Amino acid sequence: MNYDFNFDVIWRNWDLLAEGLGLGLFLAIVSIAIGCGIGLLAAFGMLSRHRTLRWIAVAYVSAIRNTPILVLILFCYFALPQLGIALDKISSFVFTLSIYAGAYLAEVFRSGLVALPKGLREAGLAIGLTEFKIKTNIIIPVMFRNVLPSLSNNFISLFKDTSLAAAIAVPELTFYARKINVESFRVIETWMVASMIYVVACYVIAALLRRLELRLAVPR
Amino acid sequence: MSPILTISGLHKSFGKVEVLKGIDLTMQQGDVVSLIGSSGSGKTTLLRCVNLLEDFEQGSIELAGQSIGYKQDGGQRRRLSEREIARQRAMTGMAFQQFNLFPHMTAIRNVMLGLIKTKKMPKDEARAIAEKWLERVGMGQRRDHYPGQLSGGQQQRVAIARAIAMNPQIMLFDEVTSALDPELVAEVLAVVRDLANEGMTMLLVTHEMRFARDVSSKVVFMHQGRIHEEGTPEQIFGAPKTERLQGFLANSEF
Repeated sequence: MNYDFNFDVIWRNWDLLAEGLGLGLFLAIVSIAIGCGIGLLAAFGMLSRHRTLRWIAVAYVSAIRNTPILVLILFCYFALPQLGIALDKISSFVFTLSIYAGAYLAEVFRSGLVALPKGLREAGLAIGLTEFKIKTNIIIPVMFRNVLPSLSNNFISLFKDTSLAAAIAVPELTFYARKINVESFRVIETWMVASMIYVVACYVIAALLRRLELRLAVPR
Repeated sequence: MSPILTISGLHKSFGKVEVLKGIDLTMQQGDVVSLIGSSGSGKTTLLRCVNLLEDFEQGSIELAGQSIGYKQDGGQRRRLSEREIARQRAMTGMAFQQFNLFPHMTAIRNVMLGLIKTKKMPKDEARAIAEKWLERVGMGQRRDHYPGQLSGGQQQRVAIARAIAMNPQIMLFDEVTSALDPELVAEVLAVVRDLANEGMTMLLVTHEMRFARDVSSKVVFMHQGRIHEEGTPEQIFGAPKTERLQGFLANSEF
């Protein structure tokens, strides 16, 4: 193989790649935040005494988890407007990714809740707390700390999934990489650099989250 | 003097199994009553009915003049609202076998939580009360430690401080030394003994017979969901009347 590597066009466009990376991170952060809210509701739904709530939560989680994310993205962007729910590209993608994250986090939170000793709730009851205050002051904070490692993993997957936003022309890293590729024909260089950016970004995110886990972990 | 706690005709079932078959018990202010008996006799369930961690189907519990958990409404027995029940639970303090401290909070935050969230106390006031009680159970130096950083005995002492800081009408102790290593039992019993000597009304489930004999004003022996024999510690441990109790005591360690 005789190939002359030439990264010039990439360096010239580094600002686009950086911008794309920034947007990807932003999309992942917003989505995991909303996804945590949805996941928490769904987890409590799955564990609810009320059959209807349980059914709704289980239906949501299995429907979303059994649909490829790319299909979800396309559905929300192209099909929902036909049903009268029109969102711009970025909102549509955040909506999709949040719902997607919510379904996975629901499972994470559910197992976190099930694993808590039931004495915690009883201790809360014994000092006169209502069920709601027990959830907000004890159950959720303790569960949350316990599931932080799986939350980190989910966040990293979610960040990588933001590359799929390119499918609906959200200008994130993959979108710009494709643009540079098409304009310059520097195929190998472009995708090599884009991959490296993802690898480094994920590595750094993982390291930062690890430190956060250690700081928030329940001391023992 | 009217009794602080009156339990009458209490029945409780888990599904088809009847675990309490009509319990009558009264306590005066300052009484220390120990519930003894083999496991499955219903003593822990009885204790848990008093602060409504267990519902009960029949009978009544009256604490400081209030009917606990249920009210008679036109001949119908109705469960009180969750808010009402929460308020009544705060009238009792409970220490658990497994301590059940909140693991994400320091010792002092554990004690402050109920004061702030249930009693709506300002933080400063709650902190002062929490400090006082942690000091009293000998945990003042460890107030900023997390439960995971404390020994079992220390955790149990914090748990007792958390319960008693709420200023309850009665303290409930559910086998508070059963989960502890032998060398840690004494420090917890010393705390319970101090509270008893200060006139705290206490109902305790215990396997520590010597301790029950020392601190109790009354000892209740339960068997198969009923009170089988009751009396002063001298009567129960010195001159047990029923064969069942004699057998139980013979098999218990002193």
